[in-house]
Amino acid sequence: MLLPGYVFFLILLSALTPWLYRWLRGRTGTLLGLLILLSAVMLWGWWLPSNIQHQTLHTSFDWATQLGVAFSFHLDGLSYLMAVLITGIGGLIIMYGGAYLANHPSLPRFLTIVLLFMSAMLGVVLSGNALLLFLFWELTSITSFLLIGFDHDRPNARAGAWQALLVTASGGLAMLAGFALLYITSNTFEIQTWLQHAQDIQQHPLAPAAFILILIGAMAKSAQFPFHFWLPNAMEAPTPVSAYLHSATMVKAGVYLLARLFPLFGSLPIWGNSVPLIGMITLTGGALLALGQTDLKRILAYTTVGALGGLVFLLGLGTPIAIKAMPVFLLAHALYKGCLFLVAGGIDHAVHNRNITELGGLSKAMPYTALAAVLSSLAMVGLPPFLGFIAKELSYESILTTGDPMLTVLAVIGFVAMAGVALWLGFAPFWAKPARQFHPHAETPPLYLPPLILALCGLLTGIAPQTTANMLIKPAVMAISPQVSTVKLTLWHGVTPYLLLSALTVLLAGAMYPLRHSLIALATRLWNKVRFLGPANLYNKALETILAFAAWQTRMLQSGYLRFYVLVIALTTIALTTYTAWTRLAGSFPLPAWTAPRFYDYVLTAIIIIAAITVTRTTSRLATIAMLGAIGYSIAILFMLYSAPDLSMVQFAIETLTVILFVLVIYRLPKFIQRTRRIPNVSDLIISLASGGLMTLLMLLVSSHASESTVSDFYSRNSLSNAYGRNIVNVILVDFRGLDTLGEITVLAIAAIGVLALIQLTLGDKETLSIPQRKIQKSILLESSALYMTPLLLIFSIFLLLRGHNKIGGGFVGGLVAASALMLYAIAISPDALRKLISIKPRLLVASGLFIALVSGLIGMLWGKPFMTGLWLPQTFAVIGKVGTPILFDVGVYLAVIGVVLWILLTFAKE
Amino acid sequence: MILLFAIASGVLFASGIYMLSRRSLVKILIGLLLLSYAVNLLLFSSANLVPARPPIIPPGETTPLPGFADPVPQALILTAIVISFGTIAFAMVLIRQSHIVSGTDDMNEMLCSDLPCGTDEVVDKRSIEVDENGDAVTS
Repeated sequence: MLLPGYVFFLILLSALTPWLYRWLRGRTGTLLGLLILLSAVMLWGWWLPSNIQHQTLHTSFDWATQLGVAFSFHLDGLSYLMAVLITGIGGLIIMYGGAYLANHPSLPRFLTIVLLFMSAMLGVVLSGNALLLFLFWELTSITSFLLIGFDHDRPNARAGAWQALLVTASGGLAMLAGFALLYITSNTFEIQTWLQHAQDIQQHPLAPAAFILILIGAMAKSAQFPFHFWLPNAMEAPTPVSAYLHSATMVKAGVYLLARLFPLFGSLPIWGNSVPLIGMITLTGGALLALGQTDLKRILAYTTVGALGGLVFLLGLGTPIAIKAMPVFLLAHALYKGCLFLVAGGIDHAVHNRNITELGGLSKAMPYTALAAVLSSLAMVGLPPFLGFIAKELSYESILTTGDPMLTVLAVIGFVAMAGVALWLGFAPFWAKPARQFHPHAETPPLYLPPLILALCGLLTGIAPQTTANMLIKPAVMAISPQVSTVKLTLWHGVTPYLLLSALTVLLAGAMYPLRHSLIALATRLWNKVRFLGPANLYNKALETILAFAAWQTRMLQSGYLRFYVLVIALTTIALTTYTAWTRLAGSFPLPAWTAPRFYDYVLTAIIIIAAITVTRTTSRLATIAMLGAIGYSIAILFMLYSAPDLSMVQFAIETLTVILFVLVIYRLPKFIQRTRRIPNVSDLIISLASGGLMTLLMLLVSSHASESTVSDFYSRNSLSNAYGRNIVNVILVDFRGLDTLGEITVLAIAAIGVLALIQLTLGDKETLSIPQRKIQKSILLESSALYMTPLLLIFSIFLLLRGHNKIGGGFVGGLVAASALMLYAIAISPDALRKLISIKPRLLVASGLFIALVSGLIGMLWGKPFMTGLWLPQTFAVIGKVGTPILFDVGVYLAVIGVVLWILLTFAKE
Repeated sequence: MILLFAIASGVLFASGIYMLSRRSLVKILIGLLLLSYAVNLLLFSSANLVPARPPIIPPGETTPLPGFADPVPQALILTAIVISFGTIAFAMVLIRQSHIVSGTDDMNEMLCSDLPCGTDEVVDKRSIEVDENGDAVTS
């Protein structure tokens, strides 16, 4: 409970930060940082006692059990070490960031995202479920993206953010695929279950594939060769972010993941063949690349790449001593590298320069920063009594135990380069002779305390090595490899080969100090020559190719012409359907048994065909309306003739209303202009005819099969006995499929709202509506007949509504008849008269209709039945028959339909 | 009779698609209307066409007379008709609005509303430039 609670507390804190900032202003960073440090001390201190007994803490909540996802949190020694780093350094960073970006207008945004990152990173190391881990993992990538691109008006920041996101997120996808493969082998996403069944999973043929995919994810995240290039470009982020995400925590997520899964994959042969190699290339490569940089932050970034390579290398070796060395190195590196980044930030803040060849002489103005820098630099070099010394000793010991001279040489080169650079970073900006005169402003506690605290931590953990071992290192080691049971850290082992290697490293590094200018120049020249070979180049090429392809296919597919899309859809449908028909029918075309058409069938069909063709040819808008009306009414009569009286009535009513709608609007619409030539466009014509012909054939084909619908049979058998209705169509609408109908009247209401909204957008725009207002002559005949017809029709509509469950009628028909009656009144007399007459706003009608329909569905739930279950009174009434909630539902439909139609038409009429 | 139905629906489809591929927005609207007629006919004829046997249970019976028309397509079409009224009304007002805003009802000229256009005629789409982030360069 505590672990997820803490993660969500941080997320909440992140969300509240902008408001906190309004209240606390400039103190926000300091107070938030202190709050986090305090909570971290309390939480991790509280947990510590049980930690000493090597216990783990596991909490799990169900989330999506069918998918194997659970809110499962797991805390063991490894997670503990990471969590302490994340919250501890995080608190310092937030404190520092508040001062570093004090004058930045987006400081609240910065604090929010950093806090969000902290929650996500904590989630990564505490997740016990792989999918949950993936979720937090991606969240760290996204927050990293947002932080690298924090100054988004600089193109470089945007480019760096993009690159980091693309590389780490692609890796994340590979990792997800790896998790999915592990799920196949084990049927769970619980990481602890994987580790418990490690032996079974290792024997599964998919295990190596899963490992490779997860390794890619870890390599991308932890900037391993060949994915290392995003990390230096991520230095576009504000310096506290670089210190926190891109040095101390996020980039260690990949290392964490490999360590976490070490019991599962560590004994696979492919692990031993790949991981140490990747780590060693990254270690040496990163360290040497660091030499060719002048920007403090880029130097630090490349040494971070090197250190990450070292961590991966140690994990790859997997020997007990290497497994012991890894957490020590990880802890020492987080402390000294985080500190050095903050020092670089402090220098940048004070003199706005990060060029190591120019900086110098800052020790007087920034004594505490200089102290922190020296302490961390010596830790990085690996001098006793710093923890960095112990880390280096253990690393050399791990390498020497392999007995591989090649590895030893490479490692020494890497460590020497990094140690040399460490001295440059720690001393040159403060004591070297500056290239020009700098005027630093004085350092402030929020800017020098966090790096100093980190540096002192690096010193204290080294002075009391056994306490460090018991509290942090041993539990972590046991979580990675339970076989290792003793962890003893000491500063003095006696004279050993690795002590000699350490001494050699320090000596060579010291020798590099005076030569730094020429070394930097040499390395820069060298690296520039081979730059084109680097993976960054490949990445850019690949990205360009993808973008070019995307642009090309967009140009191909998205012409922007509606006609083009219509034709593509039509052609595709024709092609696919014809192909299927051709292969399935194999030459035979079964024709339906048709009854001989009657005389009026011919007449109606002829009207439809002639009207449809006329519509495509005419330029008269009135003729178009008339022709559309002719088609609609003919179809209504066809419905009537072929046993669909309800449909027929609805079609008549809707047709009438559509004609009114067109008449209201069409003269406000632009005139038809013959845009294409008088002779129809041949290709359009062919495609239209082909689709029409296809439809005809398909209809014949469908009708040739006897349609024996079991659904219809069910409805007709149960309509009277269970739903107490004789009109089966109406029973389907209000009872069997009532939920669909509820959706449909909701859609209608939404359409009406859309119409209103769009009309109101244009109402202010009077000049475009300069249509000559004609004097409308009222017809006395129409007017006086409307006075009598409207009430009669309204009564008729209620009659239709009430009998609808048993005879022809229903809510839709009734509503449409009522709406037509009211529109008749509006046309014959005036829309305003209608508004006075009904005295209720159409939108209230819609709302009450929807409400009644919804309530009628909810009533059943009071008796524990599912939503929309019909309940019926035992009595039978005249006209209506049985009374129950479906009847109420139909009343809702009735009101909603009247409301929608009136709303739409009156809105149009208002103009 | 199904043959006549099929032909009528085919003609409605053909004219609907033809109208949809016009440049005038109003014609496109009419195309939509024609298509909805065609689809309703298609749905209607997917069940057997039977004259004079509505799916209504006569008094005294518990099931409809044998050979009754299939109620399911009817229920589908009934709501489809009503909804198409809402859709047409919405499309109509959308067309009016875009006509007012863009000053044209020609689909080709409307291209300029979301793509860079030349001064006098529709620009050749192949000349869209893409900057290094892949965004179209708008001049």
